Amino acid sequence: MLKIKNLHASIAGKEILKGIDLTVNAGEVHAVMGPNGSGKSTLAQVLAGHPAYEVTDGSVTYDGRDLLAMDPEVRAQEGIFLAFQYPVEIPGVTNAYFLRSAYNEIRKAKGLEELDPLEFLDLMEEKMKLVDMDPAMLNRSVNTGFSGGEKKRNEILQMAVLGPRLAILDETDSGLDIDALRIVAEGVNKLRSPDNATILVTHYQRLLNHIVPDEVHVLAAGRIVRSGGKELALALEEKGYEQFAAGAGAGAAA
Amino acid sequence: MPASPPPHAISRDAYRADFERLRASELRTEPEWLGRFRAEAMESFETLGFPTMKDEDWHFTSVAPIADRVFHPAGVASISPEQVSKLGLPTLGGTSLVFVNGYFSPELSSPGNERATAGVTVQSLAAALRDAPDIQSAIGLAATSTSSAFTALNAAFFRDGALIRIAANATAAPIHIVFIAANSEGKVSHPRNIIIAGEQSQATIVESYVAADDGTYFTNAVTEVILGDGARVSHYKLQSEGTSAFHVGTIQARQPRSSYYESFSFATGADLSRTNVYTVLEGDAAECVLNGLYLADGTQHMDHQTYVEHVAPNCPSHELYKGILDGRSHGVFNGKVYVHPEAQKTDGKQSNNNLLLSDHARVDTKPQLEIFADDVKCTHGATVGRLDETALFYLRSRGLSNTVARKLLTYAFAADVLERLSLAPLRDALEARVLERFTG
Repeated sequence: MLKIKNLHASIAGKEILKGIDLTVNAGEVHAVMGPNGSGKSTLAQVLAGHPAYEVTDGSVTYDGRDLLAMDPEVRAQEGIFLAFQYPVEIPGVTNAYFLRSAYNEIRKAKGLEELDPLEFLDLMEEKMKLVDMDPAMLNRSVNTGFSGGEKKRNEILQMAVLGPRLAILDETDSGLDIDALRIVAEGVNKLRSPDNATILVTHYQRLLNHIVPDEVHVLAAGRIVRSGGKELALALEEKGYEQFAAGAGAGAAA
Repeated sequence: MPASPPPHAISRDAYRADFERLRASELRTEPEWLGRFRAEAMESFETLGFPTMKDEDWHFTSVAPIADRVFHPAGVASISPEQVSKLGLPTLGGTSLVFVNGYFSPELSSPGNERATAGVTVQSLAAALRDAPDIQSAIGLAATSTSSAFTALNAAFFRDGALIRIAANATAAPIHIVFIAANSEGKVSHPRNIIIAGEQSQATIVESYVAADDGTYFTNAVTEVILGDGARVSHYKLQSEGTSAFHVGTIQARQPRSSYYESFSFATGADLSRTNVYTVLEGDAAECVLNGLYLADGTQHMDHQTYVEHVAPNCPSHELYKGILDGRSHGVFNGKVYVHPEAQKTDGKQSNNNLLLSDHARVDTKPQLEIFADDVKCTHGATVGRLDETALFYLRSRGLSNTVARKLLTYAFAADVLERLSLAPLRDALEARVLERFTG
């Protein structure tokens, strides 16, 4: 589904990604782990099309098509979803209005009919149970006055409603307590299918106890320096990232 | 007296001539105290003259388009209920008092020209002056004639407006005062409204200014709001004057102990407009909320000035004014707060946020805080900027196009203020209107 080849990206003239190679197939869950500053979030945002980043080399194909040539909204309409590390507050726009607009844009892109507010409400009620959210939040402004945990659950709710083929979760576990983490992980797991794929960007191993990855990649200084199975995450937990700090050594499956 | 003619001499002479003419004719039968009140006001106007940009309170706004023109007093005009229904006025489900060119129109008002139910009296000020001169003490109570040329002119020339009296402990259903300009090219009207809310009373008042045609006219309005102890008044002003018109409106409130005054100013009309919202917190724990939203386009010039005077201790004052400016429009905001030495435990918050949608739109914003008490919490902030890029990306990453995302964020910027309106039908009407303006 997704093929990243030799991806280089910079922000404000500073190079963050220094040659990423990664392939993700349908039905797979990949974890991307690394120390702070390694470029994990940058990778997530570049895949989503954040305008602040400049791709200076390499390619990314999605279903064989050039992803980097697509505007952020086109990527979303093609089924890519980024769960933000710091979800944005948008006072003045209700969660209901925002989600319905997004949902209908994606339906339009697929040539399907849009849903009216009542039909959409039915859909919403079903999805909200997935992340244990109170339907009253639909009338509140997007993420406004939400706790960190509520914001992250709202990201997963959006994911549940929009049904992406490739979900990229950017440090979704950061700042979450055990209960919130459990709810988020259960939500993600329920959405897993053989037709979609997930990239989990995370610093800590604990999320991977709940969402078990097929492959784990270690990102250090802008490059993937080791890839392996889920045992790699446990090894990192025990020994830390320092062994990879130099960024040397090609990854061999553990 | 200076050797050269004072600025705006032609219009001042015209106002004096019209004043004398009115006194000799239509105002001839007024009580003596009113005649004196008007004469003193006229003298104040002539002494003060129209403000120039050297006046600190008018630093960013030139009143030349008003001051350099001769506006004659508007005459009575009539329009049909059908015409009124097309003016986009919100339906609030209470009493409405309609004035055309500043003259009360019983046919267009509802449910009648006088309503005295359970302690609530809503009537035409002109009728009240004729029938019950005991309101003599109420006129000019809050908005003193000498404060500015515009309030002085209003005191000299006002013909009518709404007199609203809420008895102690009474609660009034929403009251809508509507001012419609019709066939008023080259004319001026000076509506004067007086709202008196008794102790522990509650009232919601909406003042709308609209135009039935597109002439160049001038509305010079004054509204006085006198609250009793513990009274709660929500007061909304909607300025949707004609695109070639001029509007200057002054609201002056006085708040005793434990009173609560919520003011909201919504401005979309007029070529040049200025709204002043002033309140004095004279009693312990009096509270005010002053919010506003101005939407400007083309070459409109919209100016807002607020003034909160903290005289008594323990008073909170919260202000949020937001502006969205497009085209070559110009917005001005000046938020003045004065905290007397005795006003300890003042909690003053003031924010003015402006969104510029075009390269040629501009805003001048000036917070002005003078604090003479030492145990207070006062914050102020002013921003001028464009749409938040992170928020834009967030919306686009969910499939909304760049254009739709920009429109939605622009609406959201305005909706933030509208959400705070306590009168639900008005909030819904304005939200729909603003949504249409930015996403239609």
